[in-house]
Amino acid sequence: MKLQLGYIDISGVEFADKSEIKNGILYVNEKEIVAEVLQDEHLKAARLEITKPGESCRITPVKDVIQPRCKVEGPGGVFPGWMHKVDTVGSGKTHVLRGVNVVTAGKIVGFQEGIIDMTGPGADYTPFSQFNNLVLVVEPKEGIHPHQYEKAARLAGLKVATMLGELSRELKADETEEFETLGIKEGIEKYPDLPRVGYVMMLQSQGLLHDTYVYGVDMKQSLTTMIMPTETMDGAIISGNCVSACDKNTTFHHLNNPVIAELFKEHGKTLNFVGVIITNENVYLADKMRSSDWTAKLAEFLQLDGAIVSQEGFGNPDTDLIMNCKKLEERGIKTVIITDEYAGQDGKSQSLADADAAADAVVTGGNANMVVKLPALERVIGSTEFVNVIAGGHDGSLQADGSIEGELQMITGATNEMGFNKLSAR
Amino acid sequence: MVKEIERTGLPVVHVCTVTPISMTVGANRIVPAVAIPHPLGNPGLSREEEYELRSKLVEKSLRALETEVSDQTIFES
Amino acid sequence: MTKLRVVHYINQFFAQVGGEEMAHIEPEKREGAVGPGLAFNTEFGEQAEIVATIVCGDSYFGENMDKAKETVLNMVKEEKPDLFIAGPAFNAGRYGVACATITAAVKEELGIPAITGMYEENPGADMFKDKVYIIATRDSAAGMRKAVPPMAKLGLKLAKGEAVGSSAEEGYLPNGIRVNFFEEKRGALRAVEMLNKKLAGKAYTTEYPMPSFDRVEPGAAIKEMSKATIALVTSGGIVPKGNPDHIESSNASKFGEYNIAGVTDLDADTYETAHGGYDPVYANEDSDRVLPVDVLRKLEADGKIGKLYDHFYTTVGNGTAVASAKKFGEEIGKKLKADGVDAVILTST
Repeated sequence: MKLQLGYIDISGVEFADKSEIKNGILYVNEKEIVAEVLQDEHLKAARLEITKPGESCRITPVKDVIQPRCKVEGPGGVFPGWMHKVDTVGSGKTHVLRGVNVVTAGKIVGFQEGIIDMTGPGADYTPFSQFNNLVLVVEPKEGIHPHQYEKAARLAGLKVATMLGELSRELKADETEEFETLGIKEGIEKYPDLPRVGYVMMLQSQGLLHDTYVYGVDMKQSLTTMIMPTETMDGAIISGNCVSACDKNTTFHHLNNPVIAELFKEHGKTLNFVGVIITNENVYLADKMRSSDWTAKLAEFLQLDGAIVSQEGFGNPDTDLIMNCKKLEERGIKTVIITDEYAGQDGKSQSLADADAAADAVVTGGNANMVVKLPALERVIGSTEFVNVIAGGHDGSLQADGSIEGELQMITGATNEMGFNKLSAR
Repeated sequence: MVKEIERTGLPVVHVCTVTPISMTVGANRIVPAVAIPHPLGNPGLSREEEYELRSKLVEKSLRALETEVSDQTIFES
Repeated sequence: MTKLRVVHYINQFFAQVGGEEMAHIEPEKREGAVGPGLAFNTEFGEQAEIVATIVCGDSYFGENMDKAKETVLNMVKEEKPDLFIAGPAFNAGRYGVACATITAAVKEELGIPAITGMYEENPGADMFKDKVYIIATRDSAAGMRKAVPPMAKLGLKLAKGEAVGSSAEEGYLPNGIRVNFFEEKRGALRAVEMLNKKLAGKAYTTEYPMPSFDRVEPGAAIKEMSKATIALVTSGGIVPKGNPDHIESSNASKFGEYNIAGVTDLDADTYETAHGGYDPVYANEDSDRVLPVDVLRKLEADGKIGKLYDHFYTTVGNGTAVASAKKFGEEIGKKLKADGVDAVILTST
């Protein structure tokens, strides 16, 4: 399967009467977009705000970050199962708006959601401080269930990203890149001497605000399966989770999966990137056993020599991670796992809930319990009234002067376990 | 937490879903629970059935506390 | 600016007194820098200076540990230094143990910033790496030129009270304390590089070595359940509605103790969960799903158990540091024991 990504560079975002992309500027008609968002009966109000790197601005509570894309050639459309009907994506050509993201924010659903600072110490930890962000702030109707609100907010973000992506359909890409995955036999013939490497992507699937969707299907209802790496670039996997926002994969992360990107870079040189196995992190022990068994079974069937496993979240998913690693290693598949740590504010506690000697090659995204001080910023998009209760915050996190003291886990994407960032710990 | 309470000499039964974590952290008496968000319940059942399920789990836990163990033990049935 | 005062500890060999035949010499103090101290002075530049060097035979230190330690500590104290440096000892076993022992003593007993350096397999490293900063060096004195700069750099930081970075940045032996820092490459690239090394059978370093866990003796079984007082404890975050003690939804800093005397059922109006790590809907609807008060009350009424203890203890297990959980467990255990509880049911989500 072969996909070409055409990057449309966006250097700024402005409100205008007509939504369009001209000379690298994304012009947005707020009224039009809000009207579309408010088609959803669960939402009472919505508005858009624009912020850019370096601005003294804080966005919270952040639910998801989505990069606008548009499928210009080949079957299906972006975010299949949600914005387009289910059809296998991942081939043909897709336009990517590079430099701008849609961020969804609004009243809190649970304890969850994160913070994005566009400047100051907080900006060093979140990758999203580096983008022009078009923030969609939504307000739910009174009395709707948390599940309904979560879904409405999720779909609103995808809808806006799809509308904006669509604006690039007729444009010429500033840069293009091509990605291809070969069939098993073809791959072995072409690279007979290179080690066969797979990527095992663990997806959050623990319930409200902890779910991930693949072609519209809740991953907790699926067995471990396979996906073509290029399918993820068309939005086949989307995020429905943001609790302890530091180590949850936003939809942006799925579209720009760093493990897939790095494996493609080495593909045909030092290794043969065979494919991607996706598995879940369910709340039943039997599911954990079955899913990890299936991971190992598929990996063995693909005749992998090595695998990288990325986790999503922490706590009981540490067990899924360890099970996956152990079962791969038992089959002689050399494995590297990517995780993050909850080692306490003083860094003295043991970092993972589970452990095994087989996990002897670990990459860490850092200690999420580390305390950070975020100064007051001039502008707040959303509301800081929930800072004391989001994961990583505590009673008193929000200081009288508007500054925030809390754990790194409140910052969106800070300790990402796909290895998106440079943050680490020793 | 389990281990520190048990260190005082009190027997502790750990009722939890992810028994491998319980094994790793060192609980001695382990009773497998239903699911993470509802270890001693199942919202899919009627209230009576659910109460029955919970009763069984609690009674199993008491049985675990009545059983001498020398090593980490999962009380499966 | 006045230079920071440094006292340096070395053995008979590095002081050029002699080899094994002079290993018995007692501690003596010399003015200024001796041997490797000269390299440290160069590295310190204008910031610091070795004001005194203590030379001690390795055998003497090893055979007269307490006396040697006391003598050396007194010598250090006299100089009122801002920093104490011992070694580096490379892979010399007795010298390493002496350096680490005296460094720890200076730090703990005199409260003076102190640092040493040695090879990771030196027995002194294993004994003291959790207590003092030990810069990792090569296994022989040929590594002196590489050992001095990181020792001097971290030493100055300690003397000035500056923040210490991670072991990977500063070069000290990992001491079990996890410190965040920014790597040069992103995690995904590090993972691919690590995997390529692992596949090729080459050496690589895991970023998180797996820990080992201690075990505790099982408590004795309950003989007469019908007379036993059973307590309920949970890490599932069940709290009275409104979370009156503000237990955090993740990495809790406290546990709650709540009276349930007379309570027969935990319903949606009075109890909920403060846990931020799982879908809270089910526990909020009926907290008995996490903390089975209803069933235990029934068993109490039926005489199957003696009594359900009047309080329950609760915290949030979500992302909560093991050290905190340990502390909660100790405190809860103490209270339960003192109050005559016989056994505990601990539920986790």
